[in-house]
Amino acid sequence: MSIKRSSGFLKTAIDYLGMIVALGALILFFSLRAENFLTRETFQNIANQIPSITMAAVGMTFVLMIGGIDLSVGSVLGLAGAVLGTLCLLHFPFALPVALAAALAVGLGCGLFNGLITVRWNMPSFIVTLGMMEIARGAAYIVTDSRTQYIGAPVGRIADASLAGLSLPFMIALAAVIAGQVVLSRTVFGRHLVAIGTNEEAVRLSGIDPRPIKRLVFMLSGLMAAIGAILHTARLQSADPNAGYGLELQAIAATVIGGTSLMGGRGSVIGAFLGVLIIAVLGTGLAQIGAQEPSKRVITGLVIVAAVLIDYYRRRSGKP
Amino acid sequence: MNSGSVTLLDLNQISKAWPGVQALAQVDFDLAAGEVHALVGENGAGKSTLSKIICGLESPDGGAMKMEGAAYCPAGKRDAEARGVVMVMQEPNLIPTLTVAENIFLDMLPNRLGFVNFRETRDKARKVLAAAGIPHIDPSILVSQLSVSEQQMVMIAAALARTCRVLILDEPTASLTDREAELLFAQMTRLKAGGTGIIYISHRMEEIVRVADRVTVLRDGSKIATERAESLTTDRIVRLMVGRDAVLEDRGKPRSPGPVALRIEGLQNGERVCKVSFEARQGEILGFAGLIGSGRTETMRAIYGADRRQAGEIFFKDSTQPTAVSSPSDAVRQGMALLPEDRRGQGLLLPQSVRFNISLVMLDALARFGFIDRGEEQQRSLELSSRLNIKSAGIEQPVAELSGGNQQKVMLGRCLARGPEILIFDEPTRGIDIGARQEIYSLMRDLAGQGKTLLVVSSDLEELIVLCDRIAVMSKGRLKRIFERGQWTRDAIMAAALSEHLSTARGGSEAA
Repeated sequence: MSIKRSSGFLKTAIDYLGMIVALGALILFFSLRAENFLTRETFQNIANQIPSITMAAVGMTFVLMIGGIDLSVGSVLGLAGAVLGTLCLLHFPFALPVALAAALAVGLGCGLFNGLITVRWNMPSFIVTLGMMEIARGAAYIVTDSRTQYIGAPVGRIADASLAGLSLPFMIALAAVIAGQVVLSRTVFGRHLVAIGTNEEAVRLSGIDPRPIKRLVFMLSGLMAAIGAILHTARLQSADPNAGYGLELQAIAATVIGGTSLMGGRGSVIGAFLGVLIIAVLGTGLAQIGAQEPSKRVITGLVIVAAVLIDYYRRRSGKP
Repeated sequence: MNSGSVTLLDLNQISKAWPGVQALAQVDFDLAAGEVHALVGENGAGKSTLSKIICGLESPDGGAMKMEGAAYCPAGKRDAEARGVVMVMQEPNLIPTLTVAENIFLDMLPNRLGFVNFRETRDKARKVLAAAGIPHIDPSILVSQLSVSEQQMVMIAAALARTCRVLILDEPTASLTDREAELLFAQMTRLKAGGTGIIYISHRMEEIVRVADRVTVLRDGSKIATERAESLTTDRIVRLMVGRDAVLEDRGKPRSPGPVALRIEGLQNGERVCKVSFEARQGEILGFAGLIGSGRTETMRAIYGADRRQAGEIFFKDSTQPTAVSSPSDAVRQGMALLPEDRRGQGLLLPQSVRFNISLVMLDALARFGFIDRGEEQQRSLELSSRLNIKSAGIEQPVAELSGGNQQKVMLGRCLARGPEILIFDEPTRGIDIGARQEIYSLMRDLAGQGKTLLVVSSDLEELIVLCDRIAVMSKGRLKRIFERGQWTRDAIMAAALSEHLSTARGGSEAA
């Protein structure tokens, strides 16, 4: 039995090996091309950038696992941040805890809306969350009166706290990745997600009701976006109604690079995190070797397509 | 070889394997000009695979095909059609949002520079429909407005619109009324006279004996026999299909069922389930016979809560209070389990392992605080896997790689995992080889012996006759009659299964 386990572990490690090698190759390449790449600052910079996209990617992995998609995470992050900032500025007693709780509630609420509509009317989540993407973004503008709101120190303390040289937001994101992976691979809930993504009708006929599970997944995605909003707002010490613009696509890209199938039933949170790292290293490295924004986008796009193709051929080679 | 006529198609040692299944093993087959050659066999015997290879939808792993003496290896359906090989599928695969005319000429729409000439399309379609004996169908209406049997006739008409040397008809009469079937037979006679060879796939023995010149029997991917139709009887064909009376042996000891376990009253769901009422007892195997589309599957799904019920009540044991079963999860909580009709589409998680598939429904029992005890999971899955004699390379093998029989055993393992009292098996042995079939039969007998209640839907009448204590016969959504063991005959069951069709077919022809 122990042999089985370790071979399973080894298999998992090999699954990630490709991405780890790719990540190492990128770091090596940029280290050779840009003098300042292999420095503490670069990696601290990356560690500061990625917590909110990591949170979104964790939630996205869960949604993709059941064969859904959540296009609203960027806007939900914007709205939760806007609510957080606006409440903080009202300066009532315990403003910060109340504002934090409200931000989380907003995320959960948006996720609940997505989940309820998707499940109750059996709608494609693509359309429902596309609607939520507009709703939440609009609401973020309304809440902030379309202005970036500077909050300052109170919320900034979250980002300033650090442990062993790593910032609190980074630690939170890392914890979410580990917790997410454990839930996915070790719990009944995680197992049900894989099963629903593989064949939902089979799950239903086996006597497991997929509906509450699916609702919960969308709520989790909203909650993750809200935590991402808190981390994002804390770093910038301000609430910008445009925060998280395009984040959903970055999160999907990272998740897919990490080997999660858009068709559902297959995926990994750790893979998604490696995907986030690959995108972040690529972005930072390209900036340091002097690439402009347009060419950065072209290259990132090519990397996404290449990652999916590599995944396709790797999986096919395993088949008879 | 057929003396005196030209061989159109000659298949030599054709083989085809799917992962875990040998769909065809070195099958020889030939078709002469002006001949109707019937292809018969149980589901999964290889009929569809063979016909798909002939019409270019699949390519064989081994063997050679010749058409009128020249090598024939179509690259696709269009390639085959260019050589004059046309197939009419069992399920109508017309495009519902296009008109009848557009569907008939879909791959050869009359056009000028890409712009479709709709008038010409319509006029040509009208001629095609008239030639096929269905001039009453308007070529300009949408296919979605046609009944299933009309769609089937349109498909046949579309096939006839192409110049065909070889026509493959896969269960063409499954959804046709008697009158429409007669039209089809008339068309076939006309085509035969013109030298077209017809490969005719059907489960209806009377039809085969009537229309076929030769009959080839397939079983488990191998050719069992090719014989002239006049020398065959229905019984002999069935025996060749099933193989050496294997299924007829071992009727088991008579059981003595216990008290009532399940009582259904006035079950209703559309036209497919009309006022169905029955009782099933503990330790009883209650079979459900009927034609395809007679509402047996729908009845089971309604009982299990998989489909919404319009009316009807379910009573467990001797309770006088009905129990609400509004979803499969309710049903499972009440001690039911369903083996679905389509195990690949509705049951299995194909890319996942045997363990994953079996343990799915018992995870809650295997978990503490939501975390799965993986050692326990492995052990319980191994137990079920060996109890059911699942042949795999270990319980971590994906079920997609297993044979049909072993896949079905995985499904049975999942059904048994929670120790249900009432088991609904829908086509439990469809497409499964004889060996696994016998194992499933003895499992079902064991379960009945333990006092479980089994509702078994099967299109294989022999199977029901061998297994069941009673057989309920459905026809067009109605439960017509329940036969006790010893009272039934094949003829009486078939008569009950056809009873509703006879009355409506008569009504239909009067109306027409």
